[in-house]
Amino acid sequence: MPEPMPQVRDAIETELQHHQQATREVPDHPERTVLEVDDVSVYYGDYLAVRNVSLDLGHNEITALIGPSGCGKSTILRSLNRMNDLITGARVEGPIRYWGQDMYAPGIDPIEVRRRIGMVFQKPNPFPKSIYDNIAYGPRVTGMQVGSMDDYVEQALTKAALWDEVKDKLRQSAYGLSGGQQQRLCIARTIAVQPDVILMDEPCASLDPIATLRIEELMAELRDQYTIIIVTHNMQQAARVADRTAFFTAAIDPVTGERHGELVEYDKTTKIFESPADSRTEGYISGRFG
Amino acid sequence: MSTYTPATSGADARRAVLSTSGRSREQTPQSVLFMILLWLSLLIGFVTLAVLLIDTFADGLTRLDGRLFTGYPSSRAEEAGARPAILGSLWVIGTTAVLAVPLGVAAAVHLEEFADRKRWWNRLIEINISNLSAVPAIIYGMLALGTLALVGVQQKNIVIGGAIALAMLILPVIIISTREAVRAVPRELRDGSLAVGATPLQTTWRITLPAAMPGIATGTILGLSRALGEAAPLLLLGGLVFLRFDPNGLLSQFTTMPIQIFSWTAQPQAEFHTLAAGASMLLMGLVLLMNGAAIYIRNRYQKRW
Repeated sequence: MPEPMPQVRDAIETELQHHQQATREVPDHPERTVLEVDDVSVYYGDYLAVRNVSLDLGHNEITALIGPSGCGKSTILRSLNRMNDLITGARVEGPIRYWGQDMYAPGIDPIEVRRRIGMVFQKPNPFPKSIYDNIAYGPRVTGMQVGSMDDYVEQALTKAALWDEVKDKLRQSAYGLSGGQQQRLCIARTIAVQPDVILMDEPCASLDPIATLRIEELMAELRDQYTIIIVTHNMQQAARVADRTAFFTAAIDPVTGERHGELVEYDKTTKIFESPADSRTEGYISGRFG
Repeated sequence: MSTYTPATSGADARRAVLSTSGRSREQTPQSVLFMILLWLSLLIGFVTLAVLLIDTFADGLTRLDGRLFTGYPSSRAEEAGARPAILGSLWVIGTTAVLAVPLGVAAAVHLEEFADRKRWWNRLIEINISNLSAVPAIIYGMLALGTLALVGVQQKNIVIGGAIALAMLILPVIIISTREAVRAVPRELRDGSLAVGATPLQTTWRITLPAAMPGIATGTILGLSRALGEAAPLLLLGGLVFLRFDPNGLLSQFTTMPIQIFSWTAQPQAEFHTLAAGASMLLMGLVLLMNGAAIYIRNRYQKRW
């Protein structure tokens, strides 16, 4: 049998590491809650998109939001850093507390919220600028005082495990990078403003399996410094990387006939995947619907 | 038309032998006739343009010389040149650009990025801008005339007056093309910027506008090249004058190339008609150059996202 290609061998090793990650000890409840979603409903105009969600998201943990399409998981994710404010008609009801403070309270600046709670999107969206300027953008616009921007850019790229691949082409366009590299650049760009929480909205949806594994590996490395909340369609991914998993589904209102997203179950990932409390979770996990 | 081999059974049921008769239904008499019509339409347009260009070229070639650029208008055709008109055109178009580009881009950015489309007045403005681009050019001349009178300027044939008329004329073109360019910038880029804590204003300045710049430049150049060839609003402002000096400021009297061409063609002597043809070639060359630049920018900086 021929020797497997190096990247395949690496991928297998990464997979093994991930398995060890997945089996790490997670306390029954988050020790420190960074984001507290307290009976939150989100509307688009008159339409109730997701209702009565309560979640305590733990600091330095990776939390996965899973569920079928249209179940409101991305809506909840975008509510966590007030990105939903940008959609006309979107309205969040009920407090979302960041370290105990309601981020939707009057007087709170959404710009400040987004600086502390960054976001990585489904499709890699580097700016049409050089790799260097992509990273330096956040610190520049937020007026961060950094000693040397060159060192700072290097740090951010190193944390995102991209430095070695791009150090010789920092001044070249970010569009020359592969999809996986672009996504890691977007993660580096988010890290560069020193956020507390990183939201990821299906960050691997447009990537190949090897690039996906690299992102997952990176998430595990970043967990010690940041809190990561990830929406994913890929249940294996949730099982591999997440400490806790929240399962959402869409329920049809018997009176109005409208579909509303709701949270079914939120627990340790091992619990959700091995012995879910709700039969709907079990049905989704075992692939019976969704 | 085609002959099918009758299928016998089972797996052969859906198999047929393709006809080899050589007759294709892609070329029926109707479709051939239709193609001929299309070609004829194209030919008429193309031949007319070619004849016009060649005729002008043949007429004007003798006077597309140095004197056209250096000479002043004169009653003697062999001495006359378009120097004040060329400089006047540059002055007016330059001023038009200074007036129309910032205003048009800012208006477009506001409508596209900040205006709440649910408000009726914003929708009204949008409809009006589309309609403005269909307003006859001479109306803008009257508008500029009115504007000058309103601010108490007696002298109407001045650079700034002409520029106001032309700026208003091309403002809808600039606004519409800028809006399209801004709209073509993907939502994800703005989201990426906002997600690192940039303000909407920073996002517009540093991400959206630079990304939309090729489209904005293309639309602006096309608008300016239209203004360059426009005579009607300037005629209304009294641009048809005999000037023997170079325009030297915003309040200077001026004439432009289209007006100069118009005035020469109105002369009885054939020599002036030759001169007009020469100046026309120059004007066409300029407009072609500008449109070429617009196409180049559009292709060179084609969106890469």
